[in-house]
Amino acid sequence: MSGVMAPTRGQILSLYKQFIKNANQFNNYNFREYFLSRTRSTFRKNIKQEDPKVLMNLFREAKSELGVLKRQSVISQMYTFDRLVVEPLQGRKH
Amino acid sequence: MLKLTSARSITRLPQLYNILAVTHRACLVNRRFYSPPAAGVKLDDNFSLETHTDIQAAAKAQASARASASGTTPDAVVASGSTAMSHAYQENTGFGTRPIYLDMQATTPTDPRVLDTMLKFYTGLYGNPHSNTHSYGWETNTAVESARAHVAKMINADPKEIIFTSGATESNNMVLKGVPRFYKKTKKHIITTRTEHKCVLEAARAMMKEGFEVTFLNVNDQGLIDLKELENAIRPDTCLVSVMAVNNEIGVIQPIKEIGALCRKNKIYFHTDAAQAYGKIKMDVNEMNIDLLSISSHKIYGPKGIGAIYVRRRPRVRLEPLLSGGGQERGLRSGTLAPPLVAGFGEAARLMKKEFDDDQAHIKRLSDKLVNGLLSAEHTTLNGSPDHRYPGCINVSFAYVEGESLLMALRDIALSSGSACTSASLEPSYVLHALGKDDALAHSSIRFGIGRFSTEEEVDYVVKAVSDRVKFLRELSPLWEMVQEGIDLNSIKWSGH
Repeated sequence: MSGVMAPTRGQILSLYKQFIKNANQFNNYNFREYFLSRTRSTFRKNIKQEDPKVLMNLFREAKSELGVLKRQSVISQMYTFDRLVVEPLQGRKH
Repeated sequence: MLKLTSARSITRLPQLYNILAVTHRACLVNRRFYSPPAAGVKLDDNFSLETHTDIQAAAKAQASARASASGTTPDAVVASGSTAMSHAYQENTGFGTRPIYLDMQATTPTDPRVLDTMLKFYTGLYGNPHSNTHSYGWETNTAVESARAHVAKMINADPKEIIFTSGATESNNMVLKGVPRFYKKTKKHIITTRTEHKCVLEAARAMMKEGFEVTFLNVNDQGLIDLKELENAIRPDTCLVSVMAVNNEIGVIQPIKEIGALCRKNKIYFHTDAAQAYGKIKMDVNEMNIDLLSISSHKIYGPKGIGAIYVRRRPRVRLEPLLSGGGQERGLRSGTLAPPLVAGFGEAARLMKKEFDDDQAHIKRLSDKLVNGLLSAEHTTLNGSPDHRYPGCINVSFAYVEGESLLMALRDIALSSGSACTSASLEPSYVLHALGKDDALAHSSIRFGIGRFSTEEEVDYVVKAVSDRVKFLRELSPLWEMVQEGIDLNSIKWSGH
């Protein structure tokens, strides 16, 4: 462990990208939309955060949440259902 | 096709299948049970793990069930709904068929984060939380206790005051039957309201058979109870007041804090059914003087089949348990807890607290949009108080349209005309009756539920679909024609047969 080391800008960006990628993989429309918008709002909310301690905690929390998202997006791909009436059949908007 | 880039262990599965297939075949060869076609059987490398569920069958079964209830043929019901639907939405091709889910008061989808917590307890952590002789028991017990803490935190209670039950129905029954039975020597009176959930009303009615007296308070046309009336109903032998926090059909929030203060002043136990309120509005059992509070897990994106009851410890509330047994849960609810459900419930409660502000803002925004969209049509009214309500529950009456036919025409949206418990019978809602609505208006009411996972796109679709189809169904209605011509419907003398 490297003690209290704030994550770098690159690390945060890469984490954000992975969040978006995994959220996009949800087969369920509502979950996909929710995690996409939640990811965007959470990262935006902390954009001005400078305190390394807070950043470290946020980063650690986000990493465990990413684990949940990865597992659950896989499960969502395994148990699929018909598309919703608001979902286009051909291609997704995202 | 499945894209499993992130789960390497799962992509290895096909290879595993191949190995199994090969060894199995080898056995057959050795035993000389070899049959030529079997040689050609080889599992694909890209064996799909996807299981797809089709819901069209469910829609057909439901149509025939409703038709047999109303005495028409299933085809006719489907057809009448379809004409209205196809009329309104012929251009809507190239989209899916599964309905939009807007029945959040009936139940909510399980949050993937909740499911993720639960899966561990269905795979490896299967110990009995009450076994204290081995680590299997300890690990599930720790999870149960941390879930209990999360559930308690949302309402500012002590974890020891939370008792897990099978759901809010059991919690309500425990209170309505348990408290009066414990104090039956001195107290003989229960107060509740007319708009409670069926399980409270039925439990109260069951207590009447046991010799208790029950006062059912009326509500005003807004759905709110009158505190003066409550005060007058209180007698020296009243032991329990039960008023629900958020109504399940109209979303009205009762003045819980004032009721709590009144009950505390008169030393009466105050129970609130918070199945629809827990995690959705701010509740504090100490500030609101609540003695007992029922919670349901599947209304807060948790698993179905679990709920809880808050039972105050100071001043202590005593109640007779419904179940006798091993004395789990402070002896109030015997029976082994289900750690997967309890852990899921705890996680759901934790998320409700964590996401409270975001969820509230999201639901309020969508709710305002939906209400404005729906009420912009003429002769539509919002049922219940416009100010004291939870925005995620919207009950709207569409005059001159029959609710059931509107629901059939809205098969692409999952809605209900009231509580799920009563929607099987075609009776109009007793809650709307209590508000003083006539049968016709109660029949033409629909409840819309918005939740964490609802999207703006869905709300836009719903507003458009509902207004189009209400318009179409009204054009078919002779009553609507008369209203348009300016005939007062009440002045008509219908010839009776």
